[in-house]
Amino acid sequence: MSDPRIGILALQGDVREHARALTAAGARPVEVRREAELDEVDGLVLPGGESTTIGRLLRVFALLEPLRAKVAAGLPVFGSCAGMILLARDVVDGRPDQPLIGGLDVVVRRNAFGRQVDSFEADLDVVGVPGPPVHAVFIRAPWVDKAGGAVEVLASVAEAPVAVRQGPLLATAFHPELTGDFRVHGLFVDIVRSSRSVADRR
Amino acid sequence: MSEAQTASTSGQAAGTTRQAGTAGVKRGMAEMLKGGVIMDVVNAEQARIAEDAGAVAVMALERVPADIRAQGGVARMSDPDMISEIIAAVSIPVMAKARIGHFVEAQVLQALGVDYVDESEVLTPADPHHHIDKRAFTVPFVCGATNLGEALRRIAEGAAMIRSKGEAGTGEVSNAVVHMRTIRADIGRLTALPAEELYAAAKELRAPVDLVEEVARLGRLPVVLFTAGGIATPADAALMMQLGADGVFVGSGIFKSGDPARRARAIVEATTMYNDADLLVKVSRGLGEAMVGINVTELAATARYADRGW
Repeated sequence: MSDPRIGILALQGDVREHARALTAAGARPVEVRREAELDEVDGLVLPGGESTTIGRLLRVFALLEPLRAKVAAGLPVFGSCAGMILLARDVVDGRPDQPLIGGLDVVVRRNAFGRQVDSFEADLDVVGVPGPPVHAVFIRAPWVDKAGGAVEVLASVAEAPVAVRQGPLLATAFHPELTGDFRVHGLFVDIVRSSRSVADRR
Repeated sequence: MSEAQTASTSGQAAGTTRQAGTAGVKRGMAEMLKGGVIMDVVNAEQARIAEDAGAVAVMALERVPADIRAQGGVARMSDPDMISEIIAAVSIPVMAKARIGHFVEAQVLQALGVDYVDESEVLTPADPHHHIDKRAFTVPFVCGATNLGEALRRIAEGAAMIRSKGEAGTGEVSNAVVHMRTIRADIGRLTALPAEELYAAAKELRAPVDLVEEVARLGRLPVVLFTAGGIATPADAALMMQLGADGVFVGSGIFKSGDPARRARAIVEATTMYNDADLLVKVSRGLGEAMVGINVTELAATARYADRGW
């Protein structure tokens, strides 16, 4: 099977870092800015960035509904930080009109760890990532306030979930794309591969 | 304060310790702003307009550069009350300016909880010789540069983000263009040099050799490179993005124009879709009057902010 083609939503944020991480993890990254480009990917990354900005641009460039449809149809999606917020069904401490894609049955608290002076790095054990702990970079990071029954918590900080998975949807409050350790992206590429092989068998 | 402020936390698995104020979180914060627009605001109402328009951050300052030029006098850090009001008004990151070399203004801004400090030539410099030792802070810094050597000197001092200086408060983009092209050309030259010639290159650039070697290897700065100084239209923003900027600061260009909210939205959309001329046509229509502006060539040498700092 050829390397999966994984889109990165490129409206704003750290697109380049995700592209590097996906390449290292054995995928072919492509930037996605238009609806037509969404039809050509096996999976999608929602990068780190400013969730209010990306949400507004999703609405302006008419990507919000197409993305919701893709998520509902089972497209594997990985969101880091702002991407986790966009995948959540609801957000606390966001803007009241902030558009979310949804799909992941979690309520996320925005900037939960505080402002930039509270941003931090820490080593975390992540379920599904064997080997030494993942070095995690948290930047004005959210955490998961509430998670539905179908959501698996993969990692926590101070008992707050910071990495979660629900079927083909993966989300981290931290930025695995910023370190040289691409095992979390490897986990997502595996999710994309297995979802693609399911699609192929149909 | 130290570069790596360590705070242990309780009640979690594996005795995880958290390190704040690292180069990783400082530079990483700037990575999250890429492809976005950071807007100068002087009060909470403007900050809300900026956030509504899709700004990735706001820059709090007492007077926009165009007013500093027009009114003269000493330009300093903003009133803490104003900064606190802006922090309370928006959910996006808030930056604020400190004078070049004024490390106590920076300490005040850090204590106020701002997310990024701009050690800015737009304010009246406090020290003609020394910039702030930015490594001593938990809060990250952005600094202006006109060429690669200047950018690397600031990074050596701890800057986690660089912006072209341009010529703030003019609404005239030519200096931002020159500075961006100069930085990119300087980088291009380094990537073509054999390793043994990087020492002499470092000497000419007046920059540490390890940073010069890093730039030669990466083919770009080791931190995010935004553009600033004179961006007034969506086309200006797209121009700077096509020239290789990672994102855009807009100062006077928005709130000195006829319809700030609309222009702010247009500049945000142009920064995202900077390669799409059809979209640029669409967002450039009906924006009302742009800021009047000043031709940079008509500025007296003493009125050029880009020459402040070294």
